[in-house]
Amino acid sequence: MTTTATNELFQTEKEELISGSEAIALACALADVDVITAYPIRPYDTVMQYVSKLKADGSFDCDFIVAESEHSQFEIVKHASSVGARTFTGSSGVGWFYAFEAITVTAGLRLPVVAMVGNRALDDPGAFGVEHNDALAVRDLGWMLYWVATAQEALDIALLAWRVAEDPTVFLPFAVSCDGSFLTHSQAIVNVPTSEQVNKFLPPYDRGKLQLHPDNPITIAPQVNEDWLMEMRRQSDEAMHRSVGVIKKAYEEFKEIFGRGDPSPFVEEYMTEDADIIIVGMGTLALPVRVAVRRFQEAGRKIGFVRVKFFRPFPTEELQEILTKCKAVCVVDRDYSYGAPSYGGVLFTELRSALYPMEKRPLMLNFIAGLGGREVHVNDVNDMVDIVQKAIETGIIEQEATWIGVRDN
Amino acid sequence: MSTVAVEVVYRGIFQRTLARNIVRSIVFAARKEGKIGTAFGRYGDSPERNGIPAKQFAVVADDAEELEEVLARYEPTEVDVTINVDDTMCKGIESWAWYGLQPINQLTKPNGTLIVTSRQDADSLVEDIHQKDTPFDLSIIKSTVSFSGLWVYKDDHTDARILGTLCNVCPQLFSIDSMLQALDEQGNGETKLASAQKAYDVATIRTVEPGEGNSEVPYKFELLGWQTMEEGLVIRAQGKGGGFRGGDEGFQPDRNEVFKKYSTRSMRPVINFETCIKCTLCWLQCPDTCFDITPDGLYDANMESCCGCGVCEAVCPVPDCVTMVSEADFNDNSSQWEAWQEDKPSYQQWMTALVDKQKAETRTHGFHHVGGYTEEIAASEDA
Repeated sequence: MTTTATNELFQTEKEELISGSEAIALACALADVDVITAYPIRPYDTVMQYVSKLKADGSFDCDFIVAESEHSQFEIVKHASSVGARTFTGSSGVGWFYAFEAITVTAGLRLPVVAMVGNRALDDPGAFGVEHNDALAVRDLGWMLYWVATAQEALDIALLAWRVAEDPTVFLPFAVSCDGSFLTHSQAIVNVPTSEQVNKFLPPYDRGKLQLHPDNPITIAPQVNEDWLMEMRRQSDEAMHRSVGVIKKAYEEFKEIFGRGDPSPFVEEYMTEDADIIIVGMGTLALPVRVAVRRFQEAGRKIGFVRVKFFRPFPTEELQEILTKCKAVCVVDRDYSYGAPSYGGVLFTELRSALYPMEKRPLMLNFIAGLGGREVHVNDVNDMVDIVQKAIETGIIEQEATWIGVRDN
Repeated sequence: MSTVAVEVVYRGIFQRTLARNIVRSIVFAARKEGKIGTAFGRYGDSPERNGIPAKQFAVVADDAEELEEVLARYEPTEVDVTINVDDTMCKGIESWAWYGLQPINQLTKPNGTLIVTSRQDADSLVEDIHQKDTPFDLSIIKSTVSFSGLWVYKDDHTDARILGTLCNVCPQLFSIDSMLQALDEQGNGETKLASAQKAYDVATIRTVEPGEGNSEVPYKFELLGWQTMEEGLVIRAQGKGGGFRGGDEGFQPDRNEVFKKYSTRSMRPVINFETCIKCTLCWLQCPDTCFDITPDGLYDANMESCCGCGVCEAVCPVPDCVTMVSEADFNDNSSQWEAWQEDKPSYQQWMTALVDKQKAETRTHGFHHVGGYTEEIAASEDA
């Protein structure tokens, strides 16, 4: 069990002009993380730059290990977590994929590693801009997945991540997804809390009976076959179920201690009251969509927006309640899933599945947009809403999934 | 509603810290007046390449909702002030991830301001800057270009002078007092604050009228769509080329039709064809295959391809045969060999003048080695 030190950097609450990556690096220092591993890939690498700067400046004491590949990077934190160290790591795009073997076992062994995924398009083509396919690839494996929209939220949710992941009733890894560029490379005003506040919110990581230690002789990860495996999977499934309650409780406490936060930890609603059409999306897409929604509302159109914050655990109940009140749902996917049902994106497919049992089901249309860091503009949102409006008026969906902002020539 | 957007156009890596200081100080100063702001670099420019034009932005608004209105478009579509920290970019800029040439004032709003650090006068700069349909103000800060390297920052007060000037030309942003306070809180010394105050006091503007300036149509081309683009992420190789200017003699490679290096360079080579010994080193070593082989076996640097790296100058064994000189002294990209053929005495005179000027002004394109900054300081103290 580690103790949480009080860092001199964070004696008083202060305002900083920092990027989402710097915000997460500060969260690492605030949470007094013990072991951080790194391997450079854009845009995640900005975090390792800031962590190493904090360490070099003497402001943050941690074991900072630059591995020789992403695979080792994730292996090291996995092992460190098993001996009771609070850990942080991260990657982007194909770097995250290179670590995949370690990523799957981290969840399987119930190790509460926290990772930042700087969302980046998968190669090829080599591109640096945001796409959500990298982080989404772990959706079935037992990682909690959260998409942040601002630098402030990046700092806040990183703190929440350790709190929830390290809860003994959960013990699952947590990935904080940050849109490459829009979040990792833009500096905004962020309120940085005090060590005292953080220590109040975040207890030391206690692995208890599961800690690998000479005083607690155990073997982790033996070979098992069909005789044991399914029960283990069922345990992980149950842990993910339990995380919902843990997240709710932790978020309430977070709001009390830090004095900020949304009504729900799982989704952010924006002007959804009485809305005919609700746009759904994740991450920094919120920015242009909120502006478009405000303009629609000013023009008397009932258009709202829901930002899905937690993708795992998926906020089924919340979305069922919000989305069954509207006529049509406009799902914006910053990802693709070639050959998926209706050739739609991942978020769309999940959402449609979540709404299937409902008595009153809205029309559902999907838009693939903003891939590879291409901007989604207010005009693009207007185009999507026009298509959805037409479907409401005619009662006919001509095409379930439409690519927006792609050059069609 | 009052939102103010400022862009800083700079040369990648060499001026990165300078640009970052400027945009961050803008947000800090605005914060002193209770406004909210954000500072960011254009992601498409990153990772930066040596000397390739790049942009950083500062956007300031009265409240968070106003700020969101502007940021709904990550890269602003227009700015109140464009700050250009290398006057050679007045000819236009082409980022490495953006195809086509963008005029330096493309985003500058009607009646907005373009601040340039330069030793040129306004008329000379206006000749380079592309025409606009609307008027804008040009404000020149008399200064040599402030270049440093990846790990070093030349704190020559260029940032402070620009910020002081900004307070004068864009008073709706914040007062000079707020800026001085912000600079002070960031740990800048008294002399730096004095530089900002002085720049504020002496700032002048010159209005550039619609239609005034460079009439050239900026180079651009159409991007392919998904139905016309070749599948499988394939790029066809350039043809191997043929004779010089399509003739039977010499050699000239085929060149990329959609990516030019016009704005990449801040310096370009001038060649003394009369002392060239035809050793082939410039032609061999040029990383951009920019040398055309003339019918008489000389090497003519083609400005479509030259990125201004200076390798040719470094490898040339003949003194002053290849010399890198300031890009600011050129208004076109024409062939030096053809000019020499046409009138040899005039060419020699023109070339010698440029070489002498470079020796006197010593423009550099960043530090080439560890310790370059220290050497530069020592040299300036000796002078």
